[in-house]
Amino acid sequence: MQIKKITIFGGYGKSGEKDKVEQVTFKMGQVVSIVGPTGSGKTTFIEDIELYANENTPSMRKVLINDTAATEDFSSNPSDHPIALITQHTNFLSDMQVKKFLMTHASIRGSSSIETIVEETLDFANQLTGEAIDVNSAMTELSGGQTRALLIADAVIIGNSPIILLDEIENAGINRTRALELLKRYEKIFIFVTHDPRIALLSDLRIIMKNGAMQKILVTDDEERRVVEEIKKMDDFLLELRTHIRDGEKLTEQHVENRLRDLGYLS
Amino acid sequence: MKTVICAGTSTSGKTAVLKQVIKKLIAKDYRLAFLKIDVQYAEEDELFKQEFGIPTKKVYSGELCPDHCNVMVLGDAIEWAAREKAQFLLVETAGLCLRCSPYIEGSLGIVVVEATSGMNLPRKIGPMLSLADIAVVTKIDLVSQAEREVFRSRILEAAPNINIAESDALHGIGLNPLVKKIIESPDLQFPLFLRGNPPVGTCTICVGKKEIGWKQHFGVVRPLENQLFYRGE
Repeated sequence: MQIKKITIFGGYGKSGEKDKVEQVTFKMGQVVSIVGPTGSGKTTFIEDIELYANENTPSMRKVLINDTAATEDFSSNPSDHPIALITQHTNFLSDMQVKKFLMTHASIRGSSSIETIVEETLDFANQLTGEAIDVNSAMTELSGGQTRALLIADAVIIGNSPIILLDEIENAGINRTRALELLKRYEKIFIFVTHDPRIALLSDLRIIMKNGAMQKILVTDDEERRVVEEIKKMDDFLLELRTHIRDGEKLTEQHVENRLRDLGYLS
Repeated sequence: MKTVICAGTSTSGKTAVLKQVIKKLIAKDYRLAFLKIDVQYAEEDELFKQEFGIPTKKVYSGELCPDHCNVMVLGDAIEWAAREKAQFLLVETAGLCLRCSPYIEGSLGIVVVEATSGMNLPRKIGPMLSLADIAVVTKIDLVSQAEREVFRSRILEAAPNINIAESDALHGIGLNPLVKKIIESPDLQFPLFLRGNPPVGTCTICVGKKEIGWKQHFGVVRPLENQLFYRGE
């Protein structure tokens, strides 16, 4: 199925309050963020998308893919499911070796060149995580960051899911900048649940959630695109400090002051 | 009357699935009866009676193999459900033995398997899966999509014609196809027969000889490095 767009019709929040956004459409190639405080219904919202909701989830939302609603029968094969969801809780539970599992998945998907696609997947995953994945280790032995990286790589490349939902991957120890860069090369709809200003502002649009309901849609404008450059600078500075700490170095007031001056925040 | 037999290993989510099914069937005004068969402890009968006000019963198999117990008591249970004027008798089995299957001819057999149980479960549970009509995969919200796909393909490898319903049974998601299938299932035709053959059941362990090692036993025995053979008179 060629996915062109996905449309979500509003339902109800936790206390029965109606979604203020009645309808929203994401087009192929768009990056979307879902923002709002903890407990505001962000995860429920993307779960509705993942479940291809048809007024049959607690929120009563309805999802259309290319203007078509889900049919309920036994034919729904997850291989045909165009949506992959990766959350903070999604884990590998199988203790198969990484390589064997990826090859099994690729062969179920009917890939013609299994070796190549598995290589590409591992390469993608290794670019997202700081520590290279040992293909002979069991999937359950991977670190949190490696697991998340491999889940994303598998969904993008072997699964080739046209719609990918990522729930707070900023907490998962993967390189966000690299992730966004890499992901944007693939023509897909990416939906991020995020608290990260950088991911939110690098998206084409964002939905604001509160009390379980969609409050409004904001489209990223030119001013915000300029602001995100500033956020990048600050964010990279913090990442640089993090690397220092990780490497076992002490941080001095002098060092921080010098760097802030280099960045133009101090005169 | 229609009978639905639900099997699945412990903690796979049988009760959660049946709870949602009962809820959905009651919403459609069907009259139900529920039987729970377990080895030594179960409380589903009381929970369902309290929550839904439907007639329920429970049987502890005790010394008897739970699937043998199922064969023994099911005839009476169907008569009981008929006296209660139920349109559906839902039977939740203990789900222990991987050599038996509790399903009967001409009624719906459901196996509940949890997606979190590992990729090899479909290869391990034998006739409980291969003789079922529908496999309900539970806890799909906890595993990666990649593993869901592998899990599904392994189910189909063990039972090529089975229907698969992937569900988050706690929230009642993904179970509507199952409910539809239950409603469309055929009425019971008597006499009733088990769908599968139970494993050879005449052994001295069954009758209470507890010594370890085949040399201590008679009847059909099995050494580690050999096939089954008969030892005795």
